[in-house]
Formats: sequence, C-alpha cells, structure tokens
Amino acid sequence: MARSASSATTKRLAARKAGRTTRAKKASGATKDELLQFYRDMLLIRRFEEKAGQMYGMGLIGGFCHLYIGQEAVVVGMQAAINEASTVVTSYRDHGHMLACGMEARGVMAELTGRIGGYSKGKGGSMHMFSREKNFFGGHGIVAAQVPIGTGLAFSHKYKKEKAVCLTYLGDGAANQGQVYESFNMAALWSLPCIYVIENNKYAMGTSVNRGAAGTSLAQRGEAYGIPGMEVDGMDVLAVKAAGEKAFAHATSGKGPYILEMKTYRYRGHSMSDPAKYRTKDEVNRMRQEHDPIDNVRARLAEAGVSDDDLKAMDRDVRAVVTEAADFAQSSPEPDPVELYTDILVDA
Amino acid sequence: MSIQILMPALSPTMTEGKLAKWMKAEGDVVAPGDVIAEIETDKATMEVEAVDEGTLGRILIAEGTENVAVNTPIAILLEDGEDAGAIDAGAAPAAATPSEAPAPAAEAAPDRPAAPAVAVMDVDEEKFFADTQTQTVRDALRDAMAEEMRRDEMVYVMGEEVAEYQGAYKVTQGLLQEFGDSRVIDTPITEHGFAGLGVGAAFGALKPVVEFMTFNFAMQAMDHIINSAAKTLYMSGGQMGCPIVFRGPNGAASRVAAQHSQDYTSWYAHCPGLKVVAPWSAADAKGLLKAAIRDPNPVIVLENEVLYGQSFEVPTDPDFTVPIGKAKIVRAGADVTITAFSIMVGKALEAAEALAAEGIEAEVIDLRTIRPLDVATIVESVKKTNRIVSVEEGWPTCGMGSEIAALVMEHAFDDLDAPVKRIAGEDVPMPYAANLEKLALPQVDTIVAAAKSVCYRG
Repeated sequence: MARSASSATTKRLAARKAGRTTRAKKASGATKDELLQFYRDMLLIRRFEEKAGQMYGMGLIGGFCHLYIGQEAVVVGMQAAINEASTVVTSYRDHGHMLACGMEARGVMAELTGRIGGYSKGKGGSMHMFSREKNFFGGHGIVAAQVPIGTGLAFSHKYKKEKAVCLTYLGDGAANQGQVYESFNMAALWSLPCIYVIENNKYAMGTSVNRGAAGTSLAQRGEAYGIPGMEVDGMDVLAVKAAGEKAFAHATSGKGPYILEMKTYRYRGHSMSDPAKYRTKDEVNRMRQEHDPIDNVRARLAEAGVSDDDLKAMDRDVRAVVTEAADFAQSSPEPDPVELYTDILVDA
Repeated sequence: MSIQILMPALSPTMTEGKLAKWMKAEGDVVAPGDVIAEIETDKATMEVEAVDEGTLGRILIAEGTENVAVNTPIAILLEDGEDAGAIDAGAAPAAATPSEAPAPAAEAAPDRPAAPAVAVMDVDEEKFFADTQTQTVRDALRDAMAEEMRRDEMVYVMGEEVAEYQGAYKVTQGLLQEFGDSRVIDTPITEHGFAGLGVGAAFGALKPVVEFMTFNFAMQAMDHIINSAAKTLYMSGGQMGCPIVFRGPNGAASRVAAQHSQDYTSWYAHCPGLKVVAPWSAADAKGLLKAAIRDPNPVIVLENEVLYGQSFEVPTDPDFTVPIGKAKIVRAGADVTITAFSIMVGKALEAAEALAAEGIEAEVIDLRTIRPLDVATIVESVKKTNRIVSVEEGWPTCGMGSEIAALVMEHAFDDLDAPVKRIAGEDVPMPYAANLEKLALPQVDTIVAAAKSVCYRG
C-alpha cells in the first residue's frame, strides 16, 4: 500500500544554518511573462487535482489517489530550473509533476479513470505513470524506491556524458528509508548529477516529521556524504526556482549531487481516504490563507500591473483544459481485454 | 443553474456511508474548500468540502441518515442570483460533474482473451559446436560479459568486488583491465541501493549487468527486482522497458549454513515480467548470459558456485547464444524422464548412468530456462517415457517440482503410467554440519531410487 509523502513540525521555516546547509535567499526579479507562466502552471495543477478529487468522490477514480494541492510551487519552480535533457522521477503523489513536465492533462486524467487513453493504457493508475517523451520516469508506488532509480538515471546521464540532471523527488517520510542513504552514498562517491528534492509537507501520512525523524533538518541529511543541502521556502515558486538553478549548476559542473529541502504543505489528506485528524483545521487554514503559492504569485502579478480580468481569463482557460480532460477521461474506453496480456515482456 | 451535491466516495471500498452531520445550514453561503458536512465512511469520519461556490439551497438528506449510497444527491447548491424557488420550479439540477459518467463496468466479467505464449527465438545451437574450446563455467561467464561489452558500449558491469578484486569468485577477472572503471564498477555493499540504481540506469537506456556476490544477498534487493524492474513495463503501458541482468551464484554452497546456502529459483520463477535462467554447462552459461544481456527485459541469471570450476566444451564463435526459453535433452532415453537444472543436471546424469546399469534408460532434460519454462519439451518427453521425476535443490513447497507436476497433469495426464515424483531439498534451513548438509540435499542415490519407483522397479 502506498504510504506517505511528507511533512514537518509547525515551526515556520525557521532558518537553521548548520554545517554546509544553507537557506535560499528570497528570490525576486522574475519577468512578468515568467510569473504568468508560473501562475498558469500552478493553477492547472490545482484545478486538475480539485477535479480529480471530485471525480474520486463520484467513484470514477478508484484505489489510492494522492493529491498535490498546496505543493504546486515546488514542481513548477524546479521544472523552470533544469534543461530539456534532464529527467524527473518521483513517488506516487505525482499528478503535479507530470503536468509540470508537460504531459497532457487528458492523458493523466484518463489514467486515473483506468481508460485506454491514459498514459499507461489504464494499467498503472494514479501512482504509476510515465512519459519517455517528456523525460518523466514515474510515478513509483513504493516509498523511496524512486530514489535509487533516480540515482541510476543520473548515473546514465554521466555514463553518456550528457549535460543533464535527474530531479529525484521524495517526501519527508521517504527521507527515513535506508535506500535513500545507500543512494546518497553512491551519488556522492561517483559524483552523479542528481538533485534530491525533498518535499517536506510536514506529514508522512499521519506522522509529523518531529514524530518520525530524529533530526528534523532534512536538508542536512547528506552531510555525512559531503552532499550540500539547502532549505527552501517551497511555497514560493521564485525561491524554488532560484534554489533549483543553484543545484543544477552544481550538479552539471561535475560536483555531484545536491539536496533541496522544500518546506511545503499539502492541503488535502495523505490520500482521499485520510480524514487528516493529526493536524488542526487552523493549521491548514493558516497555510492556505497566508502561504498559498498561487495567491503569492497572483499578488506579484497584480503588483506588476496584470489586471484581474487577465487572470480570470487565464483561469477560464485552465478550467477548460481540465474540463476537457475530465470529459476525455470518461469517454475514453476501458482497455480492451487483450491488454491484460500485453506489456509483460518486450519482444526479444 | 443549481448544482446537485452528491454523496462522495471517500475510500477505495466505500459504497455507502452515514451522513453524520451538516456543517452548513440551508441559506448559508459556501466557498470552494468550505467543509459542508461530515460523513462516516467504512474507514473514518471524513469532512466533505464544497467544490463550487454558491448558497446551500436545500438539504436533501437529513443528518444522521445511515446507508446513503455513493452518488445520491444530498443537497442542492444555488449559484449567484438564484433563489430557492428555482428548485421547486422543477428544473432538474445539473449534476456537479460534466456528465453522468457510468462507472466502469465491473460486474460482468469481460470476455477473457487467451494468454499468448512467450515468443522463443529459434537458434541452431548445434552448428556452433563445430569449433569449441574446453573452458570452466567461470571463464565462459567472463567471456560472455567481455564479448557483449565489446559489442555494445551501453553494457556495463557493477557489483561488489567486480573490478579491482577481480570478482569475489573471479567471474569478472580481467574486465576492469580491458574496459576501465567507467564500465566495470565496484559498488559499496548496498544491494538494495545498487539494484535500484541499476534499474534506473536501464530506464536511462544503459544495459547494466548487476552482479550479486551471491543471490542470498539479493533478498535485500527484492523490491527493486520485482516492483521496479519486473512490473514497470506493464504499469507504463509498454513504455518503460528495463534491459537489465541480475546475475550471481545461487543455490547451496558448501558448509556456509542457512543464510548463505539457498536456492531461489522458484522465487523468481513466480514473477511475471522476469525471465529466469539457471544453466548447468559452461556452453549454456555463456550462451544464456549473452542472450540475457541482449534481451530487452530483466533477466535473472542463476549461476552456481560449485559449478564455477567445472569444465565443458564451449563454442568459440562470439555470435553463439542460447535461446532463452528452450530446454535441452542432455541424455536421451525411453523409460523415464528426469528434469533438472543448474548443478542438479550433473547429479541427474550420474543417476542416469547408474540406472542404465540396471537396464533403465532415463531421458535427462536440462531445463536451462526456468521462466518461460519449455513445457513442450517436457510434455513430449513424458509422452514417450510415461514417467517423470523432477529434481531440484530448493525447498519442495511451491517448488519447481510442484509446477512441473501440475503442468504434466494438465498436458499429459493420460500419458502418465505413474504419479509424478518430486525430488527436492529437505524442507529445513540448510545445516552447517557436513553430514546434515549432505542429508538436506538431493543425492544421486535419491534420484536413482525415485526413477526406479516410478518405473515400479526396486
């Protein structure tokens, strides 16, 4: 069963400098076009996830469904910091990552409904989707399994002498898995171009970081291996992008891996069936009202002179994309029964 | 236009629930994200949040109502400017979602298509035996890797002590010197991590040959072998092939006790998405390892430490490969079929000699590939001999013998003149003491006795 993805104490992004761990500076100075793009990309993820939650409620989506609402700035900022040759791999809270990688909303939504039009022909579901074309390597359902896999993708970049990194996302819960440290060790030993993005949304399913982790600075988890780490305000897309650019420059210059701890927050439960009784409603509301990554960019856009009407028009466009995706996800047929037996082995 | 709010499904198994409490009253304004009600599911009490903005026009299901089916309208939300009169005017409210989407049909079982057979390459192996050299299994395996590394620069070898130490069992001897440290890589002792790293590298278009010092340690890597390597092609709808070889010695070693002495064949044989080979001769070791490296799928190559030093005739042509999925009749006979793989082939052949001295001609089949199993060769043999003994080193429960017994019953029941006989390792952890260890493993005389019993002799 899929478990966590993240979380921490309620302490607010307190600066903790220790060893080589640093904190990202407040970033500013994005162009208006860039901000508009970030706004649209984050809004698409938010609206997509809201629709997915609604469709789950109608019984159209089955099994486990882990929503990314609240964490949108992390993937959107990181995607803006890498180059096209780079690869991405993550856990099962993956819908946002796929949209940020440029995968089509309709293909993702149709996978959620288990239809042939889905990225995995309906055979993978919410937690297992891939797009070689977009360099998105999953979508992995076992907590932290994507970490050695991402390290291996970074190994392949180095082996093929490509200027590229593997962005390997993991949650705060996964950060306690042994294979993460096996991976850190090899990545540092062999100077692999891997950026480990720890999405610390404060809760590993229902266990807060301070109840599950001895030593709650996850950015410092690579210090024994000499891997630099940085705490980043993961609710601020510009801070994320700035940190990502720094990590990308480090990893692609042959200096090896980098750890970014994104302080973020998921508004919804761990999965659809999580009543989230381990945190207060106030805590969730405070994050939503004071730190929402989309509101944050909207405010910057207003300052930059973008009108409310322009933003509303963008909102309508995004809603149209999501509505089309939802319609497609319901009209695309279920996989043909012959698909039961395909894709087990590649023909030799 | 007013919107129906439906009873949501809030867990994978929920079909109905109790509407425990309304958090909003009729006439209240709601915004997306507002908690409007609490619902008790089969797992927990969950809050229901509004998706749309509007005014709660009418509550259709009173709080405290039990067994409310999923998708039952529970309330009506009025949009800007509408009043409650709109509800009574009889206009059917729009559903909260785009269309009435029928849930995927789960009730009626769909027509079941036939499972296709796995394609097996046809290779004329015999022609390669015109030119051979005598080689140990160890050197044959080394040559297989070296030849494939010369042929394809995406092939690399990684594992514990494979490079500078030249291999814990010297199977990778000389590879570092020829190919350098970017292609022959010593790993830390970290099986879970480097197996997963290998899978990632294979997704990244490399062709890793991952050596486990022994397969006992691969238990730490099992999650990546099964969940990451074997299943991802399927879960990706065919996008994510994983061309990787996991190889190393498997099976009983000598006097190392239970944790270092075990046959894992049936464990891997169980799993779709893998190919599994377990060669006996040096020629098959070379040919199957080369085929495994060229194969676009994850292949488990189960070697045997005790066999490493044994010598056989091996073809010298670098184009020689052995098709995965083909068994080999290593001794023809008409009286009884004996199936074996890996080190047990040698024991089966010794048993066949002993049986011949008593006038029983055994046909010995070296299975070579465990998955996909060459059922046709086994069945054809049984149709001739009408008797079969399966030999393996591993534990009997759910072992290869169990599988072969079932297959023979399914495919050749009417040809059997005696019940299938299974010879397997004893159902105990491997003991250390020399006498007990010998008792725990199949020996030539146990195979002889089994063959005679199915022939109703002795």
